[in-house]
Amino acid sequence: MNETYRALAEFAQTWGLAYFVGVFLVVLAYALWPSRQQAFDEAARMPLRED
Amino acid sequence: MSVTAVPGKSMTLGEGGTAFAFAILAFLSLIIAAKAYTPEYAFHAYLFTAGSAAAVFAIVNRYFDRPAEPAPLFIDGKPNYNMGPVKFATVAAMFWGIAGFTVGLYIALELAFPFLNLDLPWISFGRLRPLHTSAVIFAFGGNVLLGTSFYVVQRTCRARLVGDIAPWFVILGYNFFILIAGTGYLLGITQSKEYAEPEWYADLWLTIVWVTYFLVFMGTIMRRTEPHIYVANWFYLAFILTIAVLHLGNNAAVPVSLFSAKSYIVWSGVQDAMVQWWYGHNAVGFFLTAGFLAIMYYFIPKRAERPVYSYRLSIIHFWALIFLYIWAGPHHLHYTALPDWAQTLGMTFSIMLWMPSWGGMINGLMTLSGAWDKLRTDPVLRMMVVSVAFYGMATFEGPVMSVKSVNSLSHYTDWTIGHVHSGALGWVGYISFGAIYCLVPWLWNRPLYSLKLVNWHFWISTIGIVLYISAMWVSGILQGLMWRAYTSLGFLEYSFIETVEAMHPFYVIRAMGGALFLLGALLMVWNLWQTVHSKEAAVAAAAPTLVPAE
Repeated sequence: MNETYRALAEFAQTWGLAYFVGVFLVVLAYALWPSRQQAFDEAARMPLRED
Repeated sequence: MSVTAVPGKSMTLGEGGTAFAFAILAFLSLIIAAKAYTPEYAFHAYLFTAGSAAAVFAIVNRYFDRPAEPAPLFIDGKPNYNMGPVKFATVAAMFWGIAGFTVGLYIALELAFPFLNLDLPWISFGRLRPLHTSAVIFAFGGNVLLGTSFYVVQRTCRARLVGDIAPWFVILGYNFFILIAGTGYLLGITQSKEYAEPEWYADLWLTIVWVTYFLVFMGTIMRRTEPHIYVANWFYLAFILTIAVLHLGNNAAVPVSLFSAKSYIVWSGVQDAMVQWWYGHNAVGFFLTAGFLAIMYYFIPKRAERPVYSYRLSIIHFWALIFLYIWAGPHHLHYTALPDWAQTLGMTFSIMLWMPSWGGMINGLMTLSGAWDKLRTDPVLRMMVVSVAFYGMATFEGPVMSVKSVNSLSHYTDWTIGHVHSGALGWVGYISFGAIYCLVPWLWNRPLYSLKLVNWHFWISTIGIVLYISAMWVSGILQGLMWRAYTSLGFLEYSFIETVEAMHPFYVIRAMGGALFLLGALLMVWNLWQTVHSKEAAVAAAAPTLVPAE
C-alpha cells in the first residue's frame, strides 16, 4: 500500500508536473503566436456581428 | 412507428421514439407508484407518470400542428434560429429566481426569529435551506445557463440548434428535475450531500437530460458556419462536460430498491467527503463560474458594442481556469480527517486561482475601454460591470479564506455565507439579470419597457447585497472569535448559545438585505412583463436589429 502510494506520488510529482507544464506551454504558444493576431482580432468581434 | 395524418407527412424517428419512450416511462412509473414503500416516493412516481403522459400528448399534438417539412436551417441565407426553448428558459429563470429569493428571505427570517418555522417539518430550516440553494443555483442559474447557452451557441456559430424535440427535452426535462428535487426536499427526501441532495432516480433523470444537452450543444457547434469557435462556447462546453463528470462521480449510489427513494453512496468515510467537495467546489467553479463567464464574454461585448479586450487573454484565461479549479476542492476539508498533503494541495491551487480569475475579470472590465461613458447612461451594462467587480472581489476573498490559518477562523461561520453570497448575488445574480435584460428585448423583439426601473433595480439590490455581505462579515468574524476565546483558566469563554444570541442583530440586517434584493427582482419581473406585453413598441424594435454592427 505504502509502496504503491510512493510510486504514484513520485510519478505525479515528476512526470505529471512536466506534462502539465508542457500542456500550459502549448496553450501559451497557441494563444500568443504572432501570426494569429488577425484571426483573434476578428474572433474578438464575433458577438458584435449581426446576421 | 410512423403515424400518417396528411399524405407526405410522417412522424420522424425522434418524435416517434421519444413519444414511445415516454409512454413506457409513464407505464413503469405507474407500477413503481403502486408498489412504492413510502407515500413521498409514490408521489414522485406519480409526477413522473403525469409528466411522461403530458410529454406524449405534447409530442403528438405538436406533430399534428406542424407543417410536413422540418424547419429549414436557413431562410433567405440567414440562419433560422430556434429561440422557443430559449424563451421558455428565460421565463423559467425569472419564475424560479423569485421563488428562490423568497425562500431565501424566509429562511433568513427563520434564523433571526426561529418561531417562523411554525413547528412544521416541511418548512423547517433543514428542508427549506436546500430548497433555497437549489432554487437559486440550479433552477434560476441553471435556466439562465441553458437559455443563454442555446442563444449564444446559435448566434456565434450562425447555425440552428441541432435537434427538433431534443432542445425542448433539455429545457423541459431540466425543469422537471427541479420540480422533483424541490418537492423532494419539502417532503424530506434527500441524500444529504450539499448541493447534490436529490436522490438516485432524480439523478438518473438529470443524467439523461444532461447528456442530451451536451449532444445538442456539441452538435450545434459541429454544424457551425463560422470557422472559429467563439470563446464563450468553450466556457459553456467546459461547464456542460465537467458538470456531467462531477454529477456521475458524486452520485454513484446504490438504491435500496426500485420502490424506495433511499440509496447508499458507494464511497465511504473521508473518500466520500473528498468526492463530495471535489463535486461541491467544482459546482462553484464550473456551474457558477465557467458558465457565467461564457455569459460575460458574449453579453458584455455585445451590450458595450466593443470587442473583447484581449482575445488572447481569454484563451489563456480559459485553460488556466479550468485546469486549476478542479484541484481546489480539498480547501472545504481543512483540519478534518483528510490527509494534510491533500489539504495543502487544495489550498495551494486555490491561491493559484487568483491569476486566471483576475485575468478574466480584467478582460471583462477592460472590454469597456472606449465605452466607459455608457456606464452613466445604461444601467443594464452597469449591472454587468458591477457583477464582474463582485466576481473579482469574491475570487480575491475565496483564496484568502482557503489559507489554513484564515480558514481556522472563518470555517463553519457566517463569513462563508457572506462570501458565497457576494459571489452568488453580486456575480451570478447581476450577470444573469444583465443577460436577461438584454435577452428579453432581443427574443420578443420589443424595446425594454423602462431603463429607469432597471436603475431602481440596480440600486435597491446593490444596497441589499451590501447589507447582506457586511452583516455576514461582522457576524462571521464575531462568531469565529467567540468560539476560540478562552478564559485565563483555559476554559471556553462563551457557551454556544451565547454566540447565537450575539448574532441576532446581524441576522436581522441580513434579512433586510435579502428583502431588498427580492424587491429589486420583483421590479425586474414587472419591467420584463411590460416589455413582453407592450404592443405599440413592436414595430420600433424591428429596425435596430437589422443595422449591421460594422
